[in-house]
Amino acid sequence: MPDFLTGAAVFILVVTGLGLFRVLRSQVAVERMMAVQLLGTGGAAVILLLGTATASDALTDVALLLMLLSAFSCAAFTLGQSSSATATERAEEKP
Amino acid sequence: MTGFVDAFTVLAVGSGAIFFLAGTLGLLRFPDTLSRLHALSKADNLGLGLIVIGLLPHATSVSAGLKLACVWLLAQLSAATASQLIAGVARNRRPRA
Amino acid sequence: MNALLDVVLVAGLLALALHVARARDDQGAIVGFIAFGFLLGLGWVRLASIDVALTEAAIGGGVTGLLLLRVEAHTRDSSAPDRTARPITIAAAAVLCIAVTAGLAFVILNLPSPPPTQAPAAAAALDATGLENPVTAVLLAYRALDTLLEKVVLILALVGVWSLAPDHLWGGAPELRPAVVPEPLSYLARVLPPFGVLIAVYMFWVGADAPGGTFQAGTILAAMWLLVMLAGLRAAPDTRRVTLRLLLIVGPAVFLAVGFLGFAMAGGFLAYPAGAAKPIILGIEAALTLSIAVTLGMLVSGPSKRAPTS
Repeated sequence: MPDFLTGAAVFILVVTGLGLFRVLRSQVAVERMMAVQLLGTGGAAVILLLGTATASDALTDVALLLMLLSAFSCAAFTLGQSSSATATERAEEKP
Repeated sequence: MTGFVDAFTVLAVGSGAIFFLAGTLGLLRFPDTLSRLHALSKADNLGLGLIVIGLLPHATSVSAGLKLACVWLLAQLSAATASQLIAGVARNRRPRA
Repeated sequence: MNALLDVVLVAGLLALALHVARARDDQGAIVGFIAFGFLLGLGWVRLASIDVALTEAAIGGGVTGLLLLRVEAHTRDSSAPDRTARPITIAAAAVLCIAVTAGLAFVILNLPSPPPTQAPAAAAALDATGLENPVTAVLLAYRALDTLLEKVVLILALVGVWSLAPDHLWGGAPELRPAVVPEPLSYLARVLPPFGVLIAVYMFWVGADAPGGTFQAGTILAAMWLLVMLAGLRAAPDTRRVTLRLLLIVGPAVFLAVGFLGFAMAGGFLAYPAGAAKPIILGIEAALTLSIAVTLGMLVSGPSKRAPTS
């Protein structure tokens, strides 16, 4: 069973990594913010799987923290984004 | 009995992994920002939920199982608000861009 | 299977680091850096350093991101033209980074095998402290002096940030609330903090016996406080408020007091009387958690932006 769970963790890590690079390399600034959300969910899944595979309960705490803070960072990013959006729009309107 | 539990875990975790794959495929293939956001927040969350369900029978204690469920609940809250926030930024921008 | 996991993780970390270094705009680099922090947390999990993984997730994934974003917003407003570094600066930075990496690689590859370790000694003395988490024992018993100085440094950093405020704003409050607060954010700021506070208290309590502890708990509390201030539900406090300043120093003050009491009760600075180590350590940790939360929250908030209300 541990082998299957670790295998699933590797699979999710690879899949999340692919999505992560797609999102981070995006030309649209808004899409880059999805990276935090993507890695929060994917990372939590990987950590939970590893926690059960290695029978260490403390890993659940790491996943809990990751989920809590990914919501926080995502909020922080949208704020920075909206203020910079208005800034660039103002700059675009000027000429 | 363990055979049954293990089969359940394999099924749930396996389908969870497939939903993660679906989320990434959506992210790679969908045409615009809002549908990509949709793929990410819905599919990945369902995947995480299925994995949590699959891992629940292996929890060592009741509190460990509750913590697993809490991770998923937090994920729900976080994904729902985060995608609202991101979609809000995307929508404010589109008409002018 | 574990080897495959490690290879994937290391490849992801390296690719992400390259992405951050090559990112064209600052915000892209910051998002990449946060993602790097999350992935690094996974790396620490694989190295079985769960205490470090928790700290990395809390600091790298949470508070640092907001701090960097605020710095980026600030520099963008004030110095718009000519922010690109000259080629010689970039080359110098590259050479320095490569030198540090090469030095680290050299040291790590030349470690004797097995590397020298104090771990058995730390585990053997664990019973005397009454704790079960060796990391907490190192931080608050064996090397308590280091931890004390660390917390003092944190306050010094805050004094440095505060001193950036112009004279007429001195003692006033920092400003975090953006011009427009999106509705989902105020919802999040109402719903998330109760969870956060619960998790922080749990993290603090479990730290004596399992991975977790004051720093993680303090960081979570700081993040929740910042969220409330960002959404404008509560304004940031005036930096000259007495309660705020008392909260900032209560941790180090309790720590120092216990340290000096050690002379009277156990024959040395920061020595704990036998048998009473665990309650004393928990007391110090509780005070420290509060101070860390307030210090980190104020650090990220930055210098005062409003005149003090009299």
